[in-house]
Amino acid sequence: MEAIESKVGSPVSDESVLVDAARNGDVGAFEQLVRRYDRNVFRIAQHITQNREDAEDVVQDAFLKAFQNLGQFQGKSKFYTWLVRIAVNESLMRLRRRHPERMVSLDEGVKTEEGSMPREVADWYPNPEQLYSQAELKGILSKTIQGLPLVFRTVFVLRDVEALSTEETAEALNLSIPAVKSRLMRARLKLRDRLNKYFKRRNGDSRQ
Amino acid sequence: MTCSEFMKELTDYLDNTMDQHTRAEVEDHLQWCHNCYVVCNTTKRTIEIYRDFQVFELPDDLRNRLRTAIISKCKQHKSTTDA
Repeated sequence: MEAIESKVGSPVSDESVLVDAARNGDVGAFEQLVRRYDRNVFRIAQHITQNREDAEDVVQDAFLKAFQNLGQFQGKSKFYTWLVRIAVNESLMRLRRRHPERMVSLDEGVKTEEGSMPREVADWYPNPEQLYSQAELKGILSKTIQGLPLVFRTVFVLRDVEALSTEETAEALNLSIPAVKSRLMRARLKLRDRLNKYFKRRNGDSRQ
Repeated sequence: MTCSEFMKELTDYLDNTMDQHTRAEVEDHLQWCHNCYVVCNTTKRTIEIYRDFQVFELPDDLRNRLRTAIISKCKQHKSTTDA
């Protein structure tokens, strides 16, 4: 079985030039950075806040904050990782504001239960893309990931949807690398389990 | 390798971040354990399907509106700091 190849990512060769120019007040250069990453920031914010208006506000505030604080960006990490960290913090702040009764933390205790087999093991057949229309599939994927606890969906989105490395995800979320790995493992298996009920081989389908 | 040992290695296996020796052990286990093969395959599909079908797209009109607002606020910030 082949490992998963990243389909997300962007050229960073000219990025330091853009960041330097933006740091010196070149708004045009900063606009190019906005164009490069606005979709990613929107997705991350929407996944965390689960609210469209909040996600729109996060996009605006995260980029403005990044522009205002570019002087503090040391260039030790990628600009994108630094931006994601700002976006995650802005998203968490909005989530806390909207749900003050909930505990909103990425560092809450997580039972790892590593090594346990999923309860239900069933192959997916036919392919989900054949079973459902694009709109139906998006609905299922959206509902399923939204039901995942905050810490799991955030790690999954950064690591697997936005294709940050484990190290970048740890940096963006202020978590240790082992913490990212164990949360990612749980997130992937939880999502797999939940999708199983939609995608598993139907009864009466005898094809192997 | 047991099924429980395999499950501990699953994430590193899917991310291709393991040494050759462990990878060979994992692949050997997958050869004969159908359950682990299915778990591995469907977990891989879970990741791919979320990557291929972006759940939350930013529509072009909203994207333009947000970018205009961001750039205008940046210019405003620049003019106050330049002053």
